[in-house]
Amino acid sequence: MILAQLLSALVSLRRNVLRSLLTMLGIVIGVAVVITMMEIGAGASDSIKSSISNMGTNVMMIWPWATQTAGISSGSGGAVTLTEGDCAAIRAECLSVEAVTPSLSRRGIQAIAGNRNWTPFTVYSGNEDYFTVQSWGSPESGRYFTAREVDVAACVCVIGQTVRRELFPGEEAVGRDLRLNNVLFRVIGVLPTKGANMMGMDQDDTVVVPWTTMRNRLSRSGGSATGASGSTSSSSTESDTSDVYPASSATTYPEQDSVQAENYLLPVRFNNINQITVSAKTPEQVPDAIAQITEVLRRRHKIGPGEADDFVIRDMSEMLKTMTATSGLMTSLLLIVAMLSLVVGGVGIMNIMLVSVTERTREIGLRMAVGARGARILWQFLTESVLLCLLGGLAGIGVGRLASVVIAHVLGWPVRVSLGAILLSAGVSAAIGVVFGFYPAWRASRLNPIDALRHE
Amino acid sequence: MAGKTLIELRGLEKTYRLGGGLAVPVLRGIDMTIREGTLLALMGPSGGGKSTLMNILGFLDVPTGGQYLLDGRDVTTLSANARADLRNARIGFVFQNFNLLARTSALKNVLMPLEYAKRRKGAREERAWAESLLRRVGLGDRMEYQPSQMSGGQQQRVAIARALVNRPRILFADEPTGNLDSKTSEEVLRMFQELNEQEGLTIVLVTHSPEVGAFAKEAYHIKDGRIVGGTYTEK
Repeated sequence: MILAQLLSALVSLRRNVLRSLLTMLGIVIGVAVVITMMEIGAGASDSIKSSISNMGTNVMMIWPWATQTAGISSGSGGAVTLTEGDCAAIRAECLSVEAVTPSLSRRGIQAIAGNRNWTPFTVYSGNEDYFTVQSWGSPESGRYFTAREVDVAACVCVIGQTVRRELFPGEEAVGRDLRLNNVLFRVIGVLPTKGANMMGMDQDDTVVVPWTTMRNRLSRSGGSATGASGSTSSSSTESDTSDVYPASSATTYPEQDSVQAENYLLPVRFNNINQITVSAKTPEQVPDAIAQITEVLRRRHKIGPGEADDFVIRDMSEMLKTMTATSGLMTSLLLIVAMLSLVVGGVGIMNIMLVSVTERTREIGLRMAVGARGARILWQFLTESVLLCLLGGLAGIGVGRLASVVIAHVLGWPVRVSLGAILLSAGVSAAIGVVFGFYPAWRASRLNPIDALRHE
Repeated sequence: MAGKTLIELRGLEKTYRLGGGLAVPVLRGIDMTIREGTLLALMGPSGGGKSTLMNILGFLDVPTGGQYLLDGRDVTTLSANARADLRNARIGFVFQNFNLLARTSALKNVLMPLEYAKRRKGAREERAWAESLLRRVGLGDRMEYQPSQMSGGQQQRVAIARALVNRPRILFADEPTGNLDSKTSEEVLRMFQELNEQEGLTIVLVTHSPEVGAFAKEAYHIKDGRIVGGTYTEK
């Protein structure tokens, strides 16, 4: 029955092939635009998401909060309250945390190897978990530094691709030496290529050293990150110190014992850490991790209820939200435009169906005279318009897929096949067939058979 | 020719209401009996109401007064759907301008009314029946021809086959020869006579021409919405 109706609708569409095709064109274009836009949008939001997670969507940074001296606030990061112990406590107690590393970074340190020199954009430092936290993956060659090398403040470094290219062009870098501020470092590994980050900074233009080495050997002035290149920091006689000071932890001050820790307020020490970087196990666990870290740090810093935190935790979730919201907004805007073109196509369908009803008034009258009920006439024309729209929709899906494949190849834009878009546009085109086909079909079904038969 | 009464009209009236409340009476009390197996002509000048009467008889229109009995059952006020079903099951129409579906073969044209039938037979059986009807009207070799490829007489014969396809009790022909020349007119009218005599089919011819009326067994003259006379000829 339905099949027969579809068949007869197909027959009557075939009676005027060119007109049917032209009518469909509006829907074809509309659906093709929807499909292409959705696929480009999906591809764009994929690439944004991957570039953000490359930066580490699960990464949180902990800074000390401001301190006030004589009513003058230092601003964020002015207090020096984070310690190595905080780091260890976070790692031990926070279940949602994957890895923790202290972070110190300095700029403007010149690296010299043989007769070449290069100033990396940033020299980073951390513990053995630094590479996990910053999601560097596995080294391209060599290895990353170990916990022991961090403990002993070994003079080892891992270099980025840009630094490798500048200092050791076309040569093996692992096992070679370079000097940072006159301290001799051994290159033990090379980072994989990461490219520029979202701010446009070259993430490969970097050298990573153990944080203890950074604190004790590269910047004697303590946690200050304002790095005038420390000419006084080390003399060349100190080079290759990993052999000179084996296995003993490089502690500048004596540790507090447990009684001292209970009795005294947290002393300001010059070897405090100015930043801790933490990665959560998954991006979804970031809020949990923040809550857990807050609890641990408030307890350790002896902050009573109602008092303000003396630290601040920042994560990428806001940035992630902003970026996906931006690309989502773009996609919805394009989608609205595409939907408008679908509506225009639908108006075209309605127009043609009205013409068709007028043109076939006598046929309608005849069908009524031989006993067709009004509802059957309604269904007949509705089937025709839905079929028209569905065929147009299918063609549009094909054209849209083709267009996005061409765009992906020619423009190199990221594109992702979106099943949702295909289903949506098939549904929307059928709905357009119903909505815009209903009025003409209804008019046809309400015709008076006598007048319809006499219609010229 | 005394068949039993098929249709009975009692004081049938039809008044059209134009805009502004102006009432135009078209039928002013028609009493009429149509017996089974007759070949009846409704004659009269155009505008006299004979087409309106045929439309009411054929359930295309509803009367505004009086009574319409079909097989003794009152069918004066029926819903549009009930009338559609009745048209499909009981009535065949032949029109002046043939009203065939363009770009559709003769066979498909004949089969078309069966699409709306309540009780369908198998496609093969329906097709065989339609083919036998086309052979009956002398178009056995033209079944796949489209209307544009046929003469007026052939087209009207396709229309007759179509009117017969659902085995109607009564056939209405509204000026069936109006668009045909005299020779094909006679062929078509002879076919009506044949159907009437051989199959006992009740046929109502609506015409203004006395020549056409001469083929009928009986005739009613309608003028200004009233029956003004009848001729009963035994043939």
